[in-house]
Amino acid sequence: MTSPGPRFTALQRLLHWLMAICIISMLFIGVGMVSTVMPKYVPLITTHKTLGMAILVLALLRLGVRFYSGAPALPADLPEPMKLAARLSHYLFYALMIAMPLLGWAMLSTADYPIVLLGGVRLPAILPRSDTLHTLFWAAHFYLAFAFFALILVHIAAALFHLLVRRDGVFEAMAPLNPTTPRD
Amino acid sequence: MPHSPSSPRLTFGAAAIIAAVVAGSAAAFAYTAGWLSPQRLTPPKLVDALAPPGGPALGYRRNHAKGICFTGTFESNGKGAELSQAQAFKAGQYPVLGRFNLGTPNPQAPDGTVRVRGMGLQIATPNGEVWRTAMINAPVFPVATPEAFYQLLHAAGSKDPEAMKSFVAAHPEFASFGAWAGDGAWTASYAEEPYNGLNAFIFIDPSGTERAARWSLVPAAPAVTITQAELEKRGPDYLEKEITERVRQAPQRWTMNVVIANPGDATADPTKAWPADRRKIEVGTLVVQKIEAEADGSCRDVNFDPTVLPPGIRVSDDPFPAARSAAYARSYDLRTAESRYYPRTPASPKP
Ligand code: HEM
Ligand code: HEM
Ligand code: HEM
Repeated sequence: MTSPGPRFTALQRLLHWLMAICIISMLFIGVGMVSTVMPKYVPLITTHKTLGMAILVLALLRLGVRFYSGAPALPADLPEPMKLAARLSHYLFYALMIAMPLLGWAMLSTADYPIVLLGGVRLPAILPRSDTLHTLFWAAHFYLAFAFFALILVHIAAALFHLLVRRDGVFEAMAPLNPTTPRD
Repeated sequence: MPHSPSSPRLTFGAAAIIAAVVAGSAAAFAYTAGWLSPQRLTPPKLVDALAPPGGPALGYRRNHAKGICFTGTFESNGKGAELSQAQAFKAGQYPVLGRFNLGTPNPQAPDGTVRVRGMGLQIATPNGEVWRTAMINAPVFPVATPEAFYQLLHAAGSKDPEAMKSFVAAHPEFASFGAWAGDGAWTASYAEEPYNGLNAFIFIDPSGTERAARWSLVPAAPAVTITQAELEKRGPDYLEKEITERVRQAPQRWTMNVVIANPGDATADPTKAWPADRRKIEVGTLVVQKIEAEADGSCRDVNFDPTVLPPGIRVSDDPFPAARSAAYARSYDLRTAESRYYPRTPASPKP
C-alpha cells in the first residue's frame, strides 16, 4: 500500500526516529556489556533486556501502522536495482526488529534464567530449557546483531546519499522536521 | 534548493560527509565492543584464565567443575522479613536445588586435592521469585577485585616459581585467605563445611530502608578435621560417596545467617571479614534431602549467577557479583555449546 502523501505520516516518522535511537543504543549496549566485567554490567544487561522488549512492542505497532498508512512512492527515476534494495532492506529491518528481541527472550528462556526487566517486571519463559536451542539462539542473536549494524550503516549512507547527492526528497520523506525540499 | 534528480552530483563534500559518518559510527561501535582496547578485562579473558594448562574440560563449568546435585527445602523462620522484602524470608518452606562442588576447573580432580569447596543454591518461592547464590567454605576471598583475581589466576598458572611469591607480596590482602588455606583444617564431608556468600548485597526492607548484608550457611553437623593426606587416601570421589550416603541416612542441615554491616564497614572488599560483633540474624534452615549425580541432576544446567536475586536484595558496590555474572554467563554459553562432550547417562535430562 502506498500513501498518497510525499512523506511518511507524523506517527511513522516519530516511530522511525524513536526506534532508530533505541536500536542503535541496543547494539552499543549489547557489545559493550558482553565485553566488560565492571559493575556496569548488571545495569547494562537489565537495560538491554528492557529496551529490547520495548523495541519488540514498538516494532509490532510500527508494522501495523505501516500496513495502515503505507509508504510514499520512491522517486520514479530511481534505478530499479536501488528501489529493490530499498524495499528489501526495509523488509529486513522489520524482520530484525522483531526477530532480535524474540531471539534474546528465547535465548534466556532456553537457559532457564529468570527474565527480570527494569522495575522488577518478570517475563515468562517462551521455551523450555535446552542446550541445543540456547546455543542456536545465542549464535543467531550474535550474528544477526552484527548484520543489523551493517545494514544500519548502509541505510544511513543511502539516506545521506539521497539527502546530499540525489536531493530527491527521499530523506525529507522521513525527516523528523519539516522538509525544505518536498518530494514531488 | 535546485531539484535535479536526473543529474546527481557526487561532490567531494558529500562523499566526505557520508564516509565520515559511516566510518565514525563503525569506529565507535568497535571501540564499545572493546576491539580497540586489548587491555580491557573481558569475560572471555577472565574465563580463559581459569583453564588448566591442558585447556578447559569441554562441556563442564569453567570453574568449580566437579560437583554433585541436591534438592531439599529452605525453612524460613520469618526473622529475615524485617530485613528484606524477598518472599524467601517470609516464614514458610520453599523448594531448593543446589550443587556441592570443588573449586577447580578439573572435573576429574581427586577430592583430597582441592581446598576450596563450594555450594550453588537456588531458592524459588511461590510468587515466582528466584534467588541464586554460589558460596565457598573459605571465610574470606583471596583478592579484593576481579582484576586482582585475573592476576592471581595468571600467577597461579605460571611456570615461573616466583610468580606466586611476587603476587602475594604485591597483594597483602591475600594473607587471610592464605592462612585459612594453609591451616590444614580439612573435613571429610561436604556436610561439615560452612558456605559463605562473601560478597555484600543490599537488603531492602518492607519500608524501603537499605542495609548492606552478607550471608553464610553454617552446618549443623560438627566438623571432624582430617589431614589432607588422610582424605586423599580415601579415594578420588570420597566426598561425593560420603554425602550421598549421609543424606540417604538423614537430611543434612545448615543455618542461614545474615550479617548486617555497620555504617562505614567495607562492602566492596570480600577479603575483609566484618567484625564479629555485627548484627547477625538466623533467618532459616537449609535442609538437603536428596543427592543426585550431576549427569542426572537438576543442578547441572543451572547457572548459579549471583546477580539472580529476588526483589528485596540487590547488588552493592562490591565489584564481584557483576564480574561473576559476566563470567558465569560466558562459562554457561561455552558449556551448553559443548554439551555433546559431557558424558551423559541414559537417564540424563535431554540437552
Ligand atoms: C532490537 C533488539 C536487540 C538488539 C539489537 C540486541 C543486540 C545485542 C548485541 C549487539 C549483543 C552482543 C552480542 C555479542 O557481541 O556477543 C547482545 C547480547 C545479548 N542480548 Fe541482545 N539485542 C536485542 C534484544 C534483546 C532482548 C529482548 C534480550 C532479552 C530479553 C536480549 C538479551 C541479550 C543477552 C542475554 C545477550 C548476551 C548474550 C551472551 O553473550 O550471553 N537482547 N544483544
Ligand atoms: C536503527 C536504525 C534504523 C532503522 C531500524 C531504520 C529503519 C527504517 C525502515 C524500516 C524504513 C522504511 C520505512 C518504513 O516502512 O517504516 C526506513 C526509512 C528511512 N530511514 Fe531509517 N532506520 C534507521 C535509522 C535511520 C537513520 C539514522 C537515518 C538517517 C540518516 C534514516 C533515514 C531514513 C530515511 C530517509 C527513510 C525513508 C526511505 C523511504 O522513503 O523509503 N534511518 N528506516
Ligand atoms: C571474579 C571472580 C570469579 C570468577 C571469574 C569466577 C568464575 C566462576 C565460573 C566461570 C564458574 C562456573 C559457572 C558455570 O558454568 O555455571 C564459577 C562457579 C562457582 N563459583 Fe565462581 N568465580 C569468581 C568468584 C567467586 C566467588 C567470590 C565465590 C564465592 C563466594 C565463587 C564461588 C563459586 C561457586 C560455589 C561456583 C559453583 C557454582 C555451581 O555449582 O554451579 N566464585 N565461578
